[in-house]
Amino acid sequence: MTGSSRGIGAATALALAGDGWHVRVNYRSDEAGAKEVVSRIESAGGSAALWQGDVADADDVRRMTEPGDDGPVLVLVNNAGVRVDNLSPSLTDEDWATVIDTNLTSTFRATRAVLPKMMRARFGRVINLASVAGIRANPGQANYSASKAGVIGFTKTVAAEVARRGVTVNAVAPGLIETAFTEDVLEGDMAKAIPARRIGTPEEVAACIRFLASPEASYVTGTTLTVDGGLSA
Amino acid sequence: MATQVSTESVEKTIYDGLVELGTERDDLSREATLESLDVDSLDLVELAQIVEDEYGVELKGDDVKDVKTVGEVIDLVVAKAG
Repeated sequence: MTGSSRGIGAATALALAGDGWHVRVNYRSDEAGAKEVVSRIESAGGSAALWQGDVADADDVRRMTEPGDDGPVLVLVNNAGVRVDNLSPSLTDEDWATVIDTNLTSTFRATRAVLPKMMRARFGRVINLASVAGIRANPGQANYSASKAGVIGFTKTVAAEVARRGVTVNAVAPGLIETAFTEDVLEGDMAKAIPARRIGTPEEVAACIRFLASPEASYVTGTTLTVDGGLSA
Repeated sequence: MATQVSTESVEKTIYDGLVELGTERDDLSREATLESLDVDSLDLVELAQIVEDEYGVELKGDDVKDVKTVGEVIDLVVAKAG
């Protein structure tokens, strides 16, 4: 579970632990947040461990996806992501590369690492966090939109490649969700643009990821589930 | 991981792996081509994982792209594990 020290990642870690999964709670810098997530999971009777690492670092991804004492990774949630917003004429190469590397390349590397073991197990769940910004225009986020549209395309093709081995690969595309990741853009009456007339919660996204990770979702693959209160409808 | 790497043991591993992937054991021979056995690229990825689990040998896409027969797969693994 990449990027699980707060927000959607933390809520998802808690949800998956509630389903009995041992969760590798990954964080890059927010150790306190990640420890809090592990503590909450353990208090609820679940099992989790801290996994520090930067998903933009290939060696870290390799280390974090290797089988360990907790067995092979059978559910992978590629959640860690960054935003570096600017209008496209003002985006630097670094702005572009940072977002593509963290959001898209990391998703590829982690997925590549875990698929063979999932295929051997005849069970696997890869859930990639996309975004409504990967489906529709969002001025000021060309790099972010490209990374998330890339995640959706990647998800579809990998899903088709491994479907016959009992491995599903899906994307979840949140709209406006109330987290630290979005607190700088959630202002004024933005909710008026959303048919549901409200901002979503991390728990509402986590519930969808939990479903996609479950045995009940065994025939759902290659899809992108929007969780946006109707924003992209 | 500590398995003795002999041609015979690799042959057994590859044969067992191919049977697990749906090949009829009676169709297996060193000369049989992967194409004739309906072994496709996804099967090869999984076979590579079986080999890695058994011998700690990592087979990459470039390693197997020119492999045509079961015997060539066996020889490749023996060479890499040796």
